[in-house]
Amino acid sequence: MKSVVFILVVILLILHQDNWNWGNDTLVFGFMPTGLLYHACISVGATITWFLATIYAWPASDEEAAK
Amino acid sequence: MTQLIIIAIYLSLLLGLGLFASRWFSGSSKDYMLASHSIGPFLLLMSIFGTTMTAFALVGSSGEAFKEGIGVYGMLASSSGIIHSLCFFLLGVKLWSWGKKYGYTTQIQFFRDRLENNTIGLVMFPILVGLIIPYLLIGVLASGSVLQNMTAGAFPGTFPHNVASLAGGIPPWLGSLVICGVVLVYVFFGGMRGTAWANAFQTIVFMVLGVVTFFVIATTLGKEALVYEAEKKKESENAAVAQVNPGETPITEASPDESADAVDDGAVDDAAIDVEGQSFGTYLSALMRQVGHEKKTRSHMSMMKFFTYMLIPLSVGMFPHLFQHWLTAKSASSFKLPVVAHPIFIMIVWVPCVLIGIWASAEFVYSTLPPPVQANPNAVLVFLVKSKTSALLAGFLTTGILAAIMSSLDSQFLCIGTMFTNDIVAHYKKDTKEGDANQVWIARGFIVLIVAITYGISLLGVKSVFAMGVWCFTGFAALSPIAFAAVYWRRLTAAGVYAAIFAVVISWSYFFYQADFGAHRVYSVEIGATTESVDFGTSGAVTMELVAVPLNGDDEVVVTILSKEFPEKKKDNKPVIKVDEKTMTIILNTREGLETDFAALNGALKYHGFVRGKLIDGEPKTRVPTEPQSIVLERTGNSMMPVAPIFLCSIIAMFLVSFVTKPPSDATLAKFFKM
Repeated sequence: MKSVVFILVVILLILHQDNWNWGNDTLVFGFMPTGLLYHACISVGATITWFLATIYAWPASDEEAAK
Repeated sequence: MTQLIIIAIYLSLLLGLGLFASRWFSGSSKDYMLASHSIGPFLLLMSIFGTTMTAFALVGSSGEAFKEGIGVYGMLASSSGIIHSLCFFLLGVKLWSWGKKYGYTTQIQFFRDRLENNTIGLVMFPILVGLIIPYLLIGVLASGSVLQNMTAGAFPGTFPHNVASLAGGIPPWLGSLVICGVVLVYVFFGGMRGTAWANAFQTIVFMVLGVVTFFVIATTLGKEALVYEAEKKKESENAAVAQVNPGETPITEASPDESADAVDDGAVDDAAIDVEGQSFGTYLSALMRQVGHEKKTRSHMSMMKFFTYMLIPLSVGMFPHLFQHWLTAKSASSFKLPVVAHPIFIMIVWVPCVLIGIWASAEFVYSTLPPPVQANPNAVLVFLVKSKTSALLAGFLTTGILAAIMSSLDSQFLCIGTMFTNDIVAHYKKDTKEGDANQVWIARGFIVLIVAITYGISLLGVKSVFAMGVWCFTGFAALSPIAFAAVYWRRLTAAGVYAAIFAVVISWSYFFYQADFGAHRVYSVEIGATTESVDFGTSGAVTMELVAVPLNGDDEVVVTILSKEFPEKKKDNKPVIKVDEKTMTIILNTREGLETDFAALNGALKYHGFVRGKLIDGEPKTRVPTEPQSIVLERTGNSMMPVAPIFLCSIIAMFLVSFVTKPPSDATLAKFFKM
């Protein structure tokens, strides 16, 4: 599962470079530029990914090592 | 005056909080510098977030969006959401664990131990402090400037000013002094605990007030956008009537309380309606319809620059003040909340600010901005808050901006004091057996000293320090491979780290020199730029046309430069720029007796990002053109941030030298890695 989390992080980094949205001025919901909404979704995606990381890839051994 | 009262109450609350935190102070240096590893998940999240988000998160984000459009969110915010949490996850937890186990307080203590090298501390210390000082100065200068802007008019007799809009405001020297004083008091007495509490309080303040301000400004500007649309519609109707029936009386102009329903498919409805009764979504839609294409997209932004900007957030991996905050955690689990919530917190702060920034670029808002504000994007948010909201909200937002500034300043002041005490005094004067209580007083002494020095430098009026911000981040980001390698790469050697530092210093200095020591504020390493000259006539209807390639490499854009006499009502000499997807038109006003503002033309060219222009014949200044003028229009290709080559130099040097030098001892490897 750890590797899945790290693959998700790499996917996020790749998706961050959204060249396909560069000249897209479509307004989602009539007021939100597509490029801005897309990157807001990247932020939400990052939160979900890091949440999964804390569940499936948390370095519990570091807690022990500190003691 | 209302603003001033709110600010005074806020600063008093902060002082109270710092002094209250000091009641928990046990007297030990560990408690003063690391709050005895007692900080839980919520406080850790708030203190780390408050520390990483400077005034730039509020003022700079809206200013950059005003200038560059929505691209700044992806360039600076969403990337930080991924990378910052990555650093907390991969570096923070591990370093906390070693810090707690081996008793580190500073980054340099860790590197000395990990690399089995004493001198590395002496090399790193001036570099880390040197990179933090400009960062500190930005905060101190920004606080003085914000206070002056927001209190303007409060003391007209006491604080006169040449610029009318700043007259009566608290002068920057006094504003900065007050802010430095407040931060000093709660850091001095409260130490890390006071800093963490104050950061948490301030983070809540600037997040809540940022969101409230967004709703108020959006509603106010949205109403104005509806009125503007209605007026435009009436104007076009009048023009149509005048064209068809020249003798007919035109329709009367729309009054300010008239507007049209513009909800459906972006069109303005015939029936005039009350702007007050519209939904929030209607206001947002009306606002966005007035925003130009280039601000709603990244069409003028270099893809490579956007890509390479992603390296900048890696700077948090090397921030010494963040290292210190990581060590305050109660347990490894305390990191979970900061790791998860950091990206979403960034979004909550940045999205509203970016939207406000691009709205300000809409013609109906832009035309109301005073020239000093147009010329200084960082002043846009402050101006809008002051002119579009109540004095009460303006006061609250000022406290929000000051909160963002102070929540970074406090950690940096404390960190430098801690580094001086541990890495220099305590490290080299072990034989004098400085008592633990003495160390606290030494740290406090250094904090007072560094606050005084920073404040003193801020009085020298080094405004160019603002351009230093990105260079500080570049330096820290380029050094971050050292931190990652120290934690995850057994083969890393002290010689490899020296090589990386040397490579960073040399390459950073080279690019800094190329950027005119920071004077070229938007410097990037260009790839494939070309130039061509264009002559301007002195007057009359001269038309010139050239073709420019947008930064994203899309189809060519036609740039037309016209000089013509503007109507009588336009009396200024600013060029009018019209930009859409495929064309850019620059119209110079050459009405008789009016000077042509070539400096404004150059600014406009840079502002719109398609081309860069500079006057090659004489100084770029306002003057009456008596002979044909030439400007160079640079058709810019792709570009990248200097952090990319510097980062690369750092990694290559570190790997090459580490591989060819003696590996770390078994004892060190056993201490830090599973054998």
